[in-house]
Amino acid sequence: MPNRREFIQKLVRGSILAGLGLLSGALIFRSREEDGCGFDFACGSCSKAKDCNLPQARANTQMVWQLDPAKCIQCGRCATSCVLTPSAVKCVHVYAMCGYCDLCGGYFKPETKTLNTGAENQLCPTNAIKRRFIEDPFFEYTIDEPLCIGCGKCVKGCGAFGNGSLQLQVRHDRCVNCNECSIARNCPSEAFSRVPANNPSLLNGFGKEEMKGQNIKV
Amino acid sequence: MLILLAVQAMNALAVQRFPKPEFESGYVQPETLLPSPRTEILAVMDVFVLLASLSIVTWLVLKKRSRNGVFWMSLFSMIYFGFYREGCVCSIGSIQNITLALFDHAYVIPLTVMVFFILPLLFSLFFGRVFCAGVCPFGALQDLVAFRPQRLGSRLNAVLGLIPYLYLGLAVLYAATGTDFIICRYDPFVGIFRFNASFGMLLFAATLLVSGIFIARPYCRFLCPYGVLLNWTSRFSKRHLTITPSECIQCRLCENSCPYDAIDVPTPAKNPDSTRTRVKKLMLISLLIPVLIVACGWTGSRLHETLAGVSSKVQLAKEILAPVSGAAQTESFEIKAFRSSGKTASQAFSEANVILHRFYLGGWLLGGFIGLVFGLLIAGRMLTTFRTGYVPNKGTCFSCARCVDYCPVKS
Repeated sequence: MPNRREFIQKLVRGSILAGLGLLSGALIFRSREEDGCGFDFACGSCSKAKDCNLPQARANTQMVWQLDPAKCIQCGRCATSCVLTPSAVKCVHVYAMCGYCDLCGGYFKPETKTLNTGAENQLCPTNAIKRRFIEDPFFEYTIDEPLCIGCGKCVKGCGAFGNGSLQLQVRHDRCVNCNECSIARNCPSEAFSRVPANNPSLLNGFGKEEMKGQNIKV
Repeated sequence: MLILLAVQAMNALAVQRFPKPEFESGYVQPETLLPSPRTEILAVMDVFVLLASLSIVTWLVLKKRSRNGVFWMSLFSMIYFGFYREGCVCSIGSIQNITLALFDHAYVIPLTVMVFFILPLLFSLFFGRVFCAGVCPFGALQDLVAFRPQRLGSRLNAVLGLIPYLYLGLAVLYAATGTDFIICRYDPFVGIFRFNASFGMLLFAATLLVSGIFIARPYCRFLCPYGVLLNWTSRFSKRHLTITPSECIQCRLCENSCPYDAIDVPTPAKNPDSTRTRVKKLMLISLLIPVLIVACGWTGSRLHETLAGVSSKVQLAKEILAPVSGAAQTESFEIKAFRSSGKTASQAFSEANVILHRFYLGGWLLGGFIGLVFGLLIAGRMLTTFRTGYVPNKGTCFSCARCVDYCPVKS
């Protein structure tokens, strides 16, 4: 026969245990009624689980931070807000969208008179964009990623005057995937969100389908 | 203004202004490389390492009774969860993920985060705070610098011990309203693990570590919100670290061995008060607690606008209502983003209103919770529990097993 204190302890321990069980059960099973595919909880063996956007399938995948270039206003805070220096956000060049312009809005400052690679003409503060002549009148622009600080100046120029092929993205080889992204907190346009880790990029103008045929390696 | 709006709109929608060129020189377009994140197998490994290290520390504390073992385990955890995993995901921060998942149905909580929240609590419910002893990297880091621990006295310990409850309440409030993850935001040690932090955070960490020389584990005792949960589960634990392997002989050798003031000393008499005073005390407590709950709840509800000021949506609404003087030339990025999003001002206001309302309710609950904790603290100090030997306080003991070596009774 246990004494009173032991009995109370046992009682409370049991109820805490039940509470924890209820909590985890509620969190795992709660979204089942809202929308499903008819095969709830077979996600582990489902061949479509990778492309599935249902919460059940997503619960099995890691979520990572990504910024949506469609919402981005290029305020420049990505360069300063990240817990890493330089930032995990970098400019990505979607070559498939590029117009290969001689007068590149992402490379040159707006008031530039001569189109050469002089430092005074460049928009990029760290000389991270390399300009290379391909054939008349086309120029190729590549990004030297270690130099890029993710300030978004080139993205702004390219979006305003060009095709918008320069886009900011969280680079997942650098991102440490903080529980709460400190750039997301400072982002004025709420462009940051969690996306499934198996499809971790959000490129503007290029959905998943469009990316397949292009020179984009995921 | 119209031109500005037009530029913004174009910005938002990438348009193919220039056609894709047709190259004649045989130029091949380079590939756009999109590196993929850390594989999921490693996340599963984190969970496995957590489970394994919890089990090993439990065995070391309860069976082996070895301080050395616990020390080496804590060093391992600091290296793995701290420097290798860079302090993320951690159990302390997972409180917020759990709360957000409970209140926001769109947020899908990863299973690994849930395991990180629940496993240490389960272990604490059965074996005491073994997580604090040798698995938490924050605790391990502070344990390393606790060279000259001083006694703080029970009163100071109790008052400072209220801070974690307030921190927990605020963290839950901000996570539940989807505003902010304040535990992660003001996490002092993650910057040390990453060798990269803002000056303010480094200063905070340095202050904690330097004061940690004299006040052992200041973050764990007087800040950690997860410690509150572990404290309460550990109080009802099935088994717990004991100072002596058999009967306490009251030799007082262990009295000063605990750097965390977590050893309860024997009480002189079984019932020091007369029945009359005990009834009086009980009546006072049962009156005091409801009064404190209502008073603190009311105070909390009064503060709801201040609390909601952290929310970016509320800030935006404020900015739209009363633009900062001279803002005509330099309007903030928030206002610019708001313009380009195409939302109307009334939409922004109603969003802010919803959040304000949530904070009003949350303010009452937070205040009530703090009142309850305060009341329980007073009650706990008024009532005494009878003890004949030196025992670790099941709530505040970190199960670090330092006291074990001081006990002359072996086996």
